[in-house]
Amino acid sequence: MKITSKEVEYVARLARLSLSEKEKEKMTAQLDSILQYMDTLNKLDTNNIEPTSHVLPLNNVWREDVARPSTPRDKILANAPDQAEGFYKVKKVIE
Amino acid sequence: MELFRLTAHELSEKITKQEVTAQEVTTSVFQRIETMEPKVKAYVTLLKENALQQAETIDQKIKTGEKTGALAGIPIAIKDNMNIKGVKSTCSSKILNNFISPYNATVIDLLKKQDMVFIGKTNMDEFAMGSSTETSYFGKTYNPWNLETIPGGSSGGSAASVAADEAILALGSDTGGSIRQPASCCGIVGLKPTYGRVSRFGLVAFASSLDQIGPLTKDVQDAALLMNAIAVYDNNDSTSVNIPTPDYTKSLIKDLTGLKIGIPKEYFVAGMDKEVEQSVREAINLLEKQGAKIIEISLPHTEYCLAVYYILAPSEASANLARYDGVKYGYRTPEAKDLLEQYEKTRGEGFGPEVKRRIMLGTYALSSGYYDAYYLKAQKVRTLIKNDFDEAFKNVDAIVTPTAPTAAFKIGEKTDDPLQMYLSDIFTISVNLAGIPALSMPCGFTRNKMPIGLQIMAKHFAEETIFKVAYAYEQNTAWHKEKPKL
Repeated sequence: MKITSKEVEYVARLARLSLSEKEKEKMTAQLDSILQYMDTLNKLDTNNIEPTSHVLPLNNVWREDVARPSTPRDKILANAPDQAEGFYKVKKVIE
Repeated sequence: MELFRLTAHELSEKITKQEVTAQEVTTSVFQRIETMEPKVKAYVTLLKENALQQAETIDQKIKTGEKTGALAGIPIAIKDNMNIKGVKSTCSSKILNNFISPYNATVIDLLKKQDMVFIGKTNMDEFAMGSSTETSYFGKTYNPWNLETIPGGSSGGSAASVAADEAILALGSDTGGSIRQPASCCGIVGLKPTYGRVSRFGLVAFASSLDQIGPLTKDVQDAALLMNAIAVYDNNDSTSVNIPTPDYTKSLIKDLTGLKIGIPKEYFVAGMDKEVEQSVREAINLLEKQGAKIIEISLPHTEYCLAVYYILAPSEASANLARYDGVKYGYRTPEAKDLLEQYEKTRGEGFGPEVKRRIMLGTYALSSGYYDAYYLKAQKVRTLIKNDFDEAFKNVDAIVTPTAPTAAFKIGEKTDDPLQMYLSDIFTISVNLAGIPALSMPCGFTRNKMPIGLQIMAKHFAEETIFKVAYAYEQNTAWHKEKPKL
């Protein structure tokens, strides 16, 4: 086994993903076979190989530090599931 | 005349000469949608009223002799992961079911500048994760060539809309083959441009080091015209490369004399689909007759592409999709006792099975203790895959392969086995890992009259070479003129 149901539970917590018991069971089996397939990479010696994160050289994009209009608050809040007084409203975080 | 059947360049000529109006073209496409959509189900949202208004404004411009764009009045369909201001962008997910974009993606602004008409948003695999458009929250899309088969994915709605003449052309996005594989399945042209060629500002992120927007069209000339409109530098996307936009239509010449085309032996292995192999071999022969020199090459790390992709793409996705937490937009679970439960239930209820699977896979590959073994290892092998292409392009100008291992498969055939589904991308993902451009175009049919796709790759920013090869092939064949009987 590459992955146990306990590890699946742990990873689901990291990912902030609630899974039903049935989902956990199916997920464990499916991730296990996918991860076994990934083992094929171990055939390659990559000790002296640099990793590639992007294929092209990336440079930061700078702009002049001048104020410019951004999207109005009410346009952004229009998509919020819950809001109050110009803020997003969520469950109480601090006791 | 059935205007909806024509290509963008044919219609453009008629509109410019004022033989037809943009309104007539748009009305014709919506009439087609009315009859075909119940069978094909290519769209998530239709924008009929807006489209007709847009067309009217454009007609007014043309009438008064005002300057208009090269694609003025042409109706286009947009994959539902690109933002149009004031319109829903759902990514075919429950979690974005009610999201209305407050801004335009850069590609949308560019198409508006061309005076194009937006017909609607097309169905896709949820968050572009899939190869069959079966994972959409809104239901499946059906292949116009055979309604019992998949249209490919994830840009299945865009490909099916063009193949069924429910759109003149469309935009899709391609992370591991999501433009090319559906183009192959639906018998149309689809191009994934070089990474950095087209701005992704306003495209909902899936895997940021791989995603690119590109055209899905009825022929090669239309793909070149659409690229002329969208291959523009944008400082809102830090991966956008600041180089001038070529006139891609200048590459539409029939002569391939002296061009070197590589055939990678790893893409023609024992056990491959006979009908696909035969069609692609015949296409290669035709390219040789047109003056190209055919050279067998090797891309030795091909067998590792799938594993690398299915580590890197889910890893990037797990980070990108962390934003769907039910706080700022999208679905929120109706019941939760605290914030943590609100996150977990919102995501558990809002995402479908394939998206959850990829978030889990990515989170696992990035988690402490597994990072080196999976994520870093995959990034290193990605270097080897990229090097393979760099080496190959020292000796050849283009590389030709099949687009997909088979023609479109039956609906439901691979939904229970994720690995089998992932194998549909086996010939397309190397291109995303290397960041190079590649195009798929029709090169024949199976005995069951299902389209087969030919893939043409070139080095970074060599889309012009691809267009040259594709045009030479297309002008000597008639596959692109065949239409599904619907």
